[in-house]
Amino acid sequence: MINFEAIKAIYKFEMARTFRTIIQSLISPVLSTILYFIVFGTAIGKNMQLISEIPYGAFIVPGLILLTVSMQSVTNASFGIFFPKFLGTTYELLSAPISYIEIIIGYVGAATTKSFCLGLIILITSFFFVDIKVVYPMLMLLMLFLSCISFSLLGFIIGIWSDNFEQINFVPMLIITPLVFLGGSFYTIDILPKFWQNITFFNPIFYLISGFRFSFFGEGEVSVWISIFSSVIFIVICNIIIWKMFKTGYKIKT
Amino acid sequence: MSNIIEIQNLMKVYDNNYTALDKVNLSIKKGEIIALLGPNGAGKTSLISNVCGISSITSGNVFVEGYNVEKEYRKTRDLIGLVPQELSLEPFEKVWDSVKFSRQLFGKKRNDNYLENLLKKLSLWDKKNQIIKSLSGGMKRRVLIAKALSHEPKILFLDEPTAGVDVELRKDMWSIIKELKNDGVTIILTTHYIEEAEMIADRIAVINNGKILLIDKKDNLISKMSKKTLTIYTKQILKSIPHSLKKFNLRIFKNEKKLEYDYTASGNKTGITTLLSKIKSSGIELIDVQTRQSTLEEIFVEIVNND
Repeated sequence: MINFEAIKAIYKFEMARTFRTIIQSLISPVLSTILYFIVFGTAIGKNMQLISEIPYGAFIVPGLILLTVSMQSVTNASFGIFFPKFLGTTYELLSAPISYIEIIIGYVGAATTKSFCLGLIILITSFFFVDIKVVYPMLMLLMLFLSCISFSLLGFIIGIWSDNFEQINFVPMLIITPLVFLGGSFYTIDILPKFWQNITFFNPIFYLISGFRFSFFGEGEVSVWISIFSSVIFIVICNIIIWKMFKTGYKIKT
Repeated sequence: MSNIIEIQNLMKVYDNNYTALDKVNLSIKKGEIIALLGPNGAGKTSLISNVCGISSITSGNVFVEGYNVEKEYRKTRDLIGLVPQELSLEPFEKVWDSVKFSRQLFGKKRNDNYLENLLKKLSLWDKKNQIIKSLSGGMKRRVLIAKALSHEPKILFLDEPTAGVDVELRKDMWSIIKELKNDGVTIILTTHYIEEAEMIADRIAVINNGKILLIDKKDNLISKMSKKTLTIYTKQILKSIPHSLKKFNLRIFKNEKKLEYDYTASGNKTGITTLLSKIKSSGIELIDVQTRQSTLEEIFVEIVNND
């Protein structure tokens, strides 16, 4: 039988943490995204040429949302599980009648909710700065959800793997940020030389950005089905890794 | 009394090949207080961690009310509350929220009346809206107990509950534990304070190097293992033991008017009557006699040293 009360407890606890740290969780990412809109969308964007008939300011909206959402998902989920490890309170999780799936739903569910809401807030904010319409709103919500859950799962893995605060910041700063920037957030890959185009195909975030952009403008660099499929594959891989971590007790149990 | 916990051939070997538990067998009876007594690194916390699910079992089986702790972990964990050794708490949470969280984590429906009574019993009710960070060490330990009892467990594990706690609070803790026993909770506590085991436990298990060296009722342990010493105060200083008293292995003291005689507390024939009559017939005048029983601490040291 599923322990719904435990899932609710973890989820509520994690959501409450967001409200305790509202500046870090909400205001800071929204503010930095607004700055991107002002600089790239309004100031520099006016002087940039259209990309596939889309003004540059509007073109970068999906990428900017994904940039913030990916960072926040990873940070929220990793800190969610890292803090109990750091404080030693994981004993409570491990000694309670909860399965690892329920633990994931609680922590990753909360991290996904937070970043999903943040993504929507940034989207609403973008309407004040650039002229943008969402061609496929339901697909946009689906892609946003898949992105949030993918990065939250990745964050959860990082949280378990990390032994200290340096490690917990290492992956988002040194791996995810470059992958988002080089995954076509601010350009289309056809402006790159052939060699770098081929390299980009190995960047998993490229597929997320392409699918997300498709939901906004009706065109992406790869089929939207490839984007959805690759997200699902990524989610499955993350779940397998977490299952293995819990099964072996990797950095959780002694 | 039926057994609530059965531990069979439990082995725990850590990744660095350190054997923390070496084929441990232990049965714990429903409603008793059992103290696991052992020095640091003896395997006490490893044993608790294996039963509660905090660390993985290398081999062997643990049953709680007949359920296997690995295969039927939902049922076994539901029955167990754990108070860890460290004061591991979320510092910015309020006491009430923290206790409520623990209850929910164990899948229990909200029951504010129960939690209110629990906090009152542990003298925490007036602190319920304080954040944990602002509490003293003793109060934090009470919060840990409240959290462990929040889901109404039948078994409570207390890992060194009075480590680093002052005498006053330690006595408070003992009375809380005794109250819990009266409520029908089975209590397993680890300690390296002999006094603690002596004061509150029904049975004592001595553990060292991952092995249970012995387990018995506290009183049996003391009477079986303890030695008694009879001190005989004499009128004169004795320079040597008279020939008729040689077989008693008496100890003689330089410049002191006394003799000492060791005998076991459990035996029916202590030899005291014969000794005293032999002393009288040998012409030694007595002033006083005194007996002293070895403490649990002395027994414990002897057992551990012999291991």
